[in-house]
Amino acid sequence: MVDVLIQNGRVIDPANKIDEVCDVWIADGKVAGVGKFSGDATQTIDAKDLIVCPGLIDMHVHLREPGEEWKEDIESGSRAAIAGGVTSICTMPNTEPCIDHAGIVLQVIARAKEIGLCNLHPIAAVSRNLKGKELTEMRELSRSGAVAFSDDGKPIWHAGVMRKALEYSSSFDYLIIQHAEEKQLTEGGAINEGWVSTQLGVLGMPVEGEDSMIARDIMLTRRVQARYHVAHISTKGAVEQVRLAQQEGLKVTTEAAPHHFALTEDEVLNFNADAKMSPPLRTEEDRLAVIEGLRDGTIEVIATDHAPHHEDDKRCGLSCAAFGIVGLETMLPISLDLERAGVLSMSDLIAKMTCNPAQLLNLPEGSLAEGRAADICIFDPKAEWVLNREKLFSKGRNTPWHGRTMTGQVLYTLKDGRVVFEKGEVHD
Amino acid sequence: MLKPLFGLKHIFGIADLNREQITSLVNLGDDFIDINTRSVKKEPTLRGRTVINLFFENSTRTRTSFEIAGKRLSADVINISASTSATKKGETLLDTGQTLAAMQPHVLVIRHSVAGTCEFLSEFLDNTALINAGDGSHEHPTQILTDLLTLKHNIGDVAGKTMTIVGDIAHSRVARSHMLAAKIMGYKVRIVAPKTLLPAFVENYDCEIFHDFDEALQGTDILYMLRVQTERLTTNCCFPSIREYHETYGLNMKRLKAAGDHCMVMHPGPMNRGVEIATDVADSMKSLILEQVEHGVAVRMAALTALCGGATEE
Repeated sequence: MVDVLIQNGRVIDPANKIDEVCDVWIADGKVAGVGKFSGDATQTIDAKDLIVCPGLIDMHVHLREPGEEWKEDIESGSRAAIAGGVTSICTMPNTEPCIDHAGIVLQVIARAKEIGLCNLHPIAAVSRNLKGKELTEMRELSRSGAVAFSDDGKPIWHAGVMRKALEYSSSFDYLIIQHAEEKQLTEGGAINEGWVSTQLGVLGMPVEGEDSMIARDIMLTRRVQARYHVAHISTKGAVEQVRLAQQEGLKVTTEAAPHHFALTEDEVLNFNADAKMSPPLRTEEDRLAVIEGLRDGTIEVIATDHAPHHEDDKRCGLSCAAFGIVGLETMLPISLDLERAGVLSMSDLIAKMTCNPAQLLNLPEGSLAEGRAADICIFDPKAEWVLNREKLFSKGRNTPWHGRTMTGQVLYTLKDGRVVFEKGEVHD
Repeated sequence: MLKPLFGLKHIFGIADLNREQITSLVNLGDDFIDINTRSVKKEPTLRGRTVINLFFENSTRTRTSFEIAGKRLSADVINISASTSATKKGETLLDTGQTLAAMQPHVLVIRHSVAGTCEFLSEFLDNTALINAGDGSHEHPTQILTDLLTLKHNIGDVAGKTMTIVGDIAHSRVARSHMLAAKIMGYKVRIVAPKTLLPAFVENYDCEIFHDFDEALQGTDILYMLRVQTERLTTNCCFPSIREYHETYGLNMKRLKAAGDHCMVMHPGPMNRGVEIATDVADSMKSLILEQVEHGVAVRMAALTALCGGATEE
């Protein structure tokens, strides 16, 4: 007798190289087996024509708690996550106060456990108060549960501080995640610098802002032999640099956000503030370069940069609006376009949202191996639905995909063997 | 509901207008010039209409121009400037717009430093026509219509003529709107500036680009000088000094003569004498600058009439 039986789904578990139609069974909140099950189960889920995979991991999420709970809190963010099939999120430290000491790490982990819908792994700040000057207590932060370090939202602009951060973190094999943006080139910019920004008369952010900081960081990574991860890569030049660094054998990795491989700067031609984020939507050439990076493996991870904002922060004109869009609930359907377009196999695509980020961050999740926590996503890759921003589980309404048809729908999300999301409903 | 003329619901920018609409507005403006030169400068065209000028940026000529335009056509005109408005009390642009719209004006004329302000507000204001009186570095459509009226009087058909725009193209809404109008109306635009004052991919406007002012003079029919924001000098490193700017990109008599006797001078104002334009040039017979101001009133009468001067729809 097992607790849950997921029957006849196409089970895709890239960590264990599984892609076959079979069953998954669960006992005591853990995966008890993958294969052909015979016996009784308390609960049976018919997964015929559905895909069964490890719960997705989104390693780049902003939840706004503590400090800006009107934008999002850990509860609403957890609900948005499981609605998107995501069972583990890594949260960025730019809260208020920011996550730069162990107390807050413990606090947000405890809060997520209390809610119990989704695993939360904090990414702690590299520098105290995100000021880019003094390093945080990385050892203690790591022991408290921080899985990586980043000043995301703010680049570590000071080259000397960046060098020290890479030296110190690499002494303990920690990962530094950089929001690469040379502010001296992007100051005041709202969208990509190019023909679109010229037509709109809106200040642009040139690709060189991203590329130049990555170039500097790769040089430092080479000297220090650190682990360096480029957040939300968006330019052709950046992808090329990361590819070369990897070919050289440096421990340089990167992630791409769905909006950067699905959309271009044309989205803001009507001054649409819901398509404003940093780094901004770029040109078609950049978009295709990101897709090629995903195809050839330069970009190992898909992560959303889920950045909820209150409507008031978006309704003030494009150049004044806050940066960022929500992404947890659209990550899977948008990413599935890569499989449909033949860029990636279903297994390789799922790997970028499961075992790849898990390996990068040393997380136990992202695998259906026997004995692992039964965090599972079950989705229909062909189901079509229309995104309505008013129906999002996130508090954020800031999505450029409002009103558009999504292909691919999460039907069940299981966390520790419990069905926490089922056909549009969250089971608290 | 009023039936707008020329199929115009709002006037956001030249980008949204077609050739017929531009020509109609310019011609209607031409018809209004006469009222401004009479002893009794009043017509009942817009009687019972309410126009609010909402200016978040300082402006003398554009705001006064809209105000006089409305008043001479008998509209009730209310002026609100940012220094006296509720925005100082922390009210958002959207709230200010919705508050004023709730008072049921026919037209809101808006100037704001944020590009796309009218496009943004129009999503939330249903029954109010909006006129963009300048939005950031984006567009300034009534200035271009004004210039086209002045050109109609001074050189006739603009098609095939060459306008050379000199100065801070990067931050100029007037330059952008002219480059759009040039494509529609068939005139050519040359732009003259150092790279520090040019926006990305400006060549996509099909304009000729010069860094040397003297090279651009030959074959120019209209020299269009832009105001230099002297505050950009130090903060943005756009050019090293006023002295060097005047020397390199200022319009002096020598350059005006080199351009040829047929060449006219325009400026959207306000001028920096001795910076982008020498005093003797600004005051010369070739200068159309005051005529632009005069025609500005007539064109704004046309714009207001187009949006709220039509017959009431059944």
